Amino acid sequence: MWLSNSSIGRKVVMSVTGLFLVLFLTFHMCMNLVALIKPAGYNAVCAFLGANWYALVGTVILAAGAVIHIIYAFWLTFQNRKARGNDRYLVNTRPKTVEWASQNMLVLGIIVVLGLALHLFNFWYKMQLNEIINHLPGVDPQDGIALIRETFSCPVYVVIYLIWFVALWFHLTHGFWSAIQTLGINNHIWFNRWKCISNIFATIICLGFMAVAISFYVMSLTGSGACTL
Amino acid sequence: MEKTINITLKIWRQKGPKEKGRFEEYKLNNVSTDSSFLEMLDLLNEQLINEGKEPVVFDHDCREGICGMCSLYINGHPHGPDTSVTTCQLHMRKFNDGDVITVEPWRSAGFPVIRDLMVDRRAFDKIQQAGGYISINTGGAQDANAIPISKEAADEAMDSATCIGCGACVAACKNGSAMLFVSAKVSQYALLPQGRVEAAARARAMVAKMDELGFGNCTNTGACAAECPKNISLTNIARLNREFICAKLKD
Repeated sequence: MWLSNSSIGRKVVMSVTGLFLVLFLTFHMCMNLVALIKPAGYNAVCAFLGANWYALVGTVILAAGAVIHIIYAFWLTFQNRKARGNDRYLVNTRPKTVEWASQNMLVLGIIVVLGLALHLFNFWYKMQLNEIINHLPGVDPQDGIALIRETFSCPVYVVIYLIWFVALWFHLTHGFWSAIQTLGINNHIWFNRWKCISNIFATIICLGFMAVAISFYVMSLTGSGACTL
Repeated sequence: MEKTINITLKIWRQKGPKEKGRFEEYKLNNVSTDSSFLEMLDLLNEQLINEGKEPVVFDHDCREGICGMCSLYINGHPHGPDTSVTTCQLHMRKFNDGDVITVEPWRSAGFPVIRDLMVDRRAFDKIQQAGGYISINTGGAQDANAIPISKEAADEAMDSATCIGCGACVAACKNGSAMLFVSAKVSQYALLPQGRVEAAARARAMVAKMDELGFGNCTNTGACAAECPKNISLTNIARLNREFICAKLKD
């Protein structure tokens, strides 16, 4: 199978799953912005998705995409380190045109995964999973806005989430255009355009997420501080 | 007026492919800034021979930047700190009096060290042999103008063909990937009608050989193109990806 036993094939899997995750992030960010505009609207979105069959199918596909992306990331990195040889260079320099993010995608990815684990605990466990297994009887799985208020009233969560979004920004600035390049949709004219689009897109996504976290923290200062940490 | 500098060289010495290598320091005085980097190494070797020591082994041939034989990873850059030149075209005027210059071999699993600064780059020959050519059925040569080729395609094919196969791309890549080299070789044919006939088979065969020889996977960091002495563009890699993916989808 060329998607696993050729270098370009493995990169194609990385780029397709990566672009799929970017698409998911875009939808996720848009839904989060609803919470800023109309809290009741956000809860309506939560109720619409919930643990309905289409949301569960989506979750499984999404999880599969993320898992494949992560497995391939470790696999590719292992192969690449092996290809580099046993002796390392004594002097290392980074040419001006080489982005820092592009050389640290695995580290950035690990930070993203750690943040994701916390995020799943903060929200997914208390929402979709709770609706399925009813593990937390006191928590209403469809009252997403209450969970947002509670989580982002804690400064420590706000800081962790902001760090997470910054790592995500770096990961996306390289990941997005790199995925396009791997699929071969690039030439002299589009090379810089894709890089520019990549930066703008990553910035919009991350600013959207940050806006929600910061806004709800600021609101918690004026309203009721519900942080239970 | 000629200017001379005194330098300290930190050079990788390794007796053989299986031996453990180490850095050794040498002082070299009165080096003319007009001399090339390789001439400076010739001076060092003369000094070492006069002292009864083993000279440093390094690759070189044409010394005019077209054969692709010279290598050397100098102060963190393949072919040294200057841009768009090979090591043989690098001059000592790029260095200052008192500088410590670190010289390392290409380090990559695909290019094992033979001795000191000389590495085995036959992997590139094997990739070329796998498909980097056009099969010609000989006969009467047809009129040169019988096949129209656009100026853009001709220019780009020529730019890709300027790759001298020195291996700086592999040396610069944190993944030891040979994608820039392979993509240049695939592109120079893929852009021209004569090369299109075997384009899919060529992309398939050359990538398979590249993977087999233990080169890494491209992560589009672009260090290869930044360090390439012939300024081979990263868009070649996109073209290779396109050729390869289309070939595989047709299988």
